[in-house]
Amino acid sequence: MDTTINPPPATTDAEPHLHGDLAIWFFILAELMAFGVFFIAYAVTRAYNVEAFNAAQAGLDRNIGALNTILLITGSWGVVRSVQAARADRLVPAVRWMGVGLVCGLAFLVAKIFEYRAKFAAGLSMDTDTFHMFYFSLTFFHFMHVVLGVCILGILLLKLRRGGYGSHDVHGLETGAAYWHMVDLAWIVLFPLVYVMH
Amino acid sequence: MTLPKNIADRVWLVMLAATLTTWALGSSGATGTWAVLVMLGLACLKGVLVILDFMELRHAPLLWRILLLGWLTLIAALIVLFYWIGST
Repeated sequence: MDTTINPPPATTDAEPHLHGDLAIWFFILAELMAFGVFFIAYAVTRAYNVEAFNAAQAGLDRNIGALNTILLITGSWGVVRSVQAARADRLVPAVRWMGVGLVCGLAFLVAKIFEYRAKFAAGLSMDTDTFHMFYFSLTFFHFMHVVLGVCILGILLLKLRRGGYGSHDVHGLETGAAYWHMVDLAWIVLFPLVYVMH
Repeated sequence: MTLPKNIADRVWLVMLAATLTTWALGSSGATGTWAVLVMLGLACLKGVLVILDFMELRHAPLLWRILLLGWLTLIAALIVLFYWIGST
């Protein structure tokens, strides 16, 4: 009997698998744990200082917080579209969509710097009260992750431009993309928690 | 109006709408249990979409889906618990 009639499937795309390096997924888990501990510490501390937290939260700029969210989800969308385009060997759109991700990340950082400047100008700092200790440390912890994410997106963009990713290889691209989505995911919880919910 | 064909585009539109809703609720001064639940629910919706469709865990091994969705569920549940404790 001829067994060559049924060749093995060309790709294993139908099989469940993680996109990106396994190491990044362990790293993502560790990062999410760190963010999680921070979030719960905030919620616990707030439970015993509700009035003070609500009063201090009212001073935050919700508009800039919402703008931050829109920039991150749009950036994540751009990165997803870039990976899709690279897989289909459409390199020009892949570069362009990665550019969308990078610009959104940079715009997030600029918006945050303006937000911090306004806070410092108003005389607020980590020492002001417990709420601001959480506000500054949580958002800055996240800020540093966006800085690293923007660097990663920049490197991916350069390699995409050189034709380094395509249907032959998207492993590195998927790995960087997964990290960027983690940064987005953390902010998705951080924004309502610190800026809005009371 | 026709829906975009690309699932990523749909996800982005839903997340945009969810973000604007949270922002509008915050600006209208919504407060209390129901506001907290709605906002956290919208955050969870966005989180699930990022995990399943952007991180592409929808077709990943079940363990990884459980780990990330479990993280989101646990964090949201603990936040609700401590907001409830704070309100009593």
